[in-house]
Amino acid sequence: MGLLYSTLKYLAVTLWSVFVIAPFLWAISTSFKDFQSVTNGATYIPWVDFEPTLEGWRALWKSPAQGGVAIVEPFFNSVFVTAAGSAISIVLGTLAAYALSRFTFKAGPIRNGDITFFFISQRIMPPVVLAIPFFIMLGKFSLLDTLMGLILVYIVLLMPIAVWIMVDFFNKVPREIDETALIDGCNPYQAFYKVVLPNSIPGIVVAGMFCMIFGWTDFFFSFILTFTEVQLLPVAIVALNSSITPWWSLSAAALVSVAPLVFVAFIVERFLSKGNLSGALK
Amino acid sequence: MNFKHKYMFLLPGLLVLLGILIFPIGFTVRLSLSSWDSFYPGLDFIGIENYIRLFTDDLRFWEAFGRLSMLSLTTVFLQYVIGFSLALMVWKDIVFQRFFRVLFLIPMMTTPVIMTVIWRTVFHESLGPVNDFFNLFGMNPLWLSSEILAKFTVILVEVWQWTPFMFLLLLAGLLSLPKEPYLAASIDGAGPIRTFVYVTFPLMAPISIGAIIIRLIEASKIMDTVYVLTSGGPGTSTETSSFYIFIKGLREFQFGYSAALSLTYLIIMIISFTIIAKILVKLMVRGN
Repeated sequence: MGLLYSTLKYLAVTLWSVFVIAPFLWAISTSFKDFQSVTNGATYIPWVDFEPTLEGWRALWKSPAQGGVAIVEPFFNSVFVTAAGSAISIVLGTLAAYALSRFTFKAGPIRNGDITFFFISQRIMPPVVLAIPFFIMLGKFSLLDTLMGLILVYIVLLMPIAVWIMVDFFNKVPREIDETALIDGCNPYQAFYKVVLPNSIPGIVVAGMFCMIFGWTDFFFSFILTFTEVQLLPVAIVALNSSITPWWSLSAAALVSVAPLVFVAFIVERFLSKGNLSGALK
Repeated sequence: MNFKHKYMFLLPGLLVLLGILIFPIGFTVRLSLSSWDSFYPGLDFIGIENYIRLFTDDLRFWEAFGRLSMLSLTTVFLQYVIGFSLALMVWKDIVFQRFFRVLFLIPMMTTPVIMTVIWRTVFHESLGPVNDFFNLFGMNPLWLSSEILAKFTVILVEVWQWTPFMFLLLLAGLLSLPKEPYLAASIDGAGPIRTFVYVTFPLMAPISIGAIIIRLIEASKIMDTVYVLTSGGPGTSTETSSFYIFIKGLREFQFGYSAALSLTYLIIMIISFTIIAKILVKLMVRGN
């Protein structure tokens, strides 16, 4: 029983690992190919199967006119929009979550739980439902195709995540620490800023990571709300996916865009092992 | 602390969110009662005509909805089974534990559309590695352009992308389980299978339900993957609700009609999730 079970377990884990890694390996291999080696059918190992070139990687810096893909600007646009959207969402979301966790709100039939649900329920909204009104609304304010417009949309996308994780987190931070601070003569803002906040760093980090993941990986809104002036990374890369796709530069660009967040997996695992995540994700 | 300070904490976030959302939602409702399209852009009032068309004369929407249900239930079911198995396997007693945990998380950190572009090259029917393998047996399956296989490919890509999320939620749950029930089970001489059936699974039921619901909500929005992988094709065989609404609204610019579609879709979704949540609770916490 024991031996059979372990064998099956390691077999299963290995198989899944191969499945997880496979597309990355294929992309790495493809990124060193040229037109010739791609169109001759599938090849895998550089030097053995095909002669590797750096064309795909060089194309990342060239403008489309020179046959490149120019992902440098979209890359920084993506960084900016994700960072700004996450930062605003975290600040506003943390404040709101603190209020929802510590104070009682009553307005007619509305209670704390209903307000929290209102925040979180924005995740239920299919993006396509908001797409058309956003398209028209941003058009009215001349915010279509601007970074500012995208940040507004990202706040709607990300604040629910921040509130969701932080309400849960604050519920686990003992109330006594705020109360002690208040007795010691702090006003509520000082109590929050000096005492509660330093104790909430793990929660904020987790919330920040999830905002980053969902911001960085979003495609739909930047796809419909920007055209030529502002391009985010996913849109720029998908735009390469036409009938005559340059697989090599496409793969290189894809790897560049995916790489920054892979390190997040390490941080998430750390939190997971320390048990900080189980409270934050529920 | 029952003074006005509490509003200073809550209101900035609440007002910003409401401010950005009120117009779009209100406007969608109004838009759905108009015939706004690219020929006659404007908010005329045509009553519930759009809704009548939707319920009586739009088979494609309902087919897309059926397809969406099939796709999201299948993928989430697979993600749950695989994600739970993986979480159990790396929970304890395994070498390279951290390595596997990190590795299993990585796909959810990647941008779905970008990985889908890569998957497209993997499943390319003449130049991709998958068919390179099948060619050895003289086969050349049409992963993206046959009606049945295209569905399979969409499911496979979704499972690759999102099983990690299920894995993460379930592993976090497993790691937070109390130790006492396991002690009791081992004193009673329960083997691994009995321990799972009588201890782990029931203890994990609330977390499982939460994870499944979260994933179903996300899966019901599926459209990026479909757009890049198959563009809804071949024909309409992988077209989901979101994608169909997207085509009507932002490709054919039938804003009024697609607003009616969106709202109907949203209401169906909310009702379905409520029912599914109730069923899951009944199924999984039975006997406790």
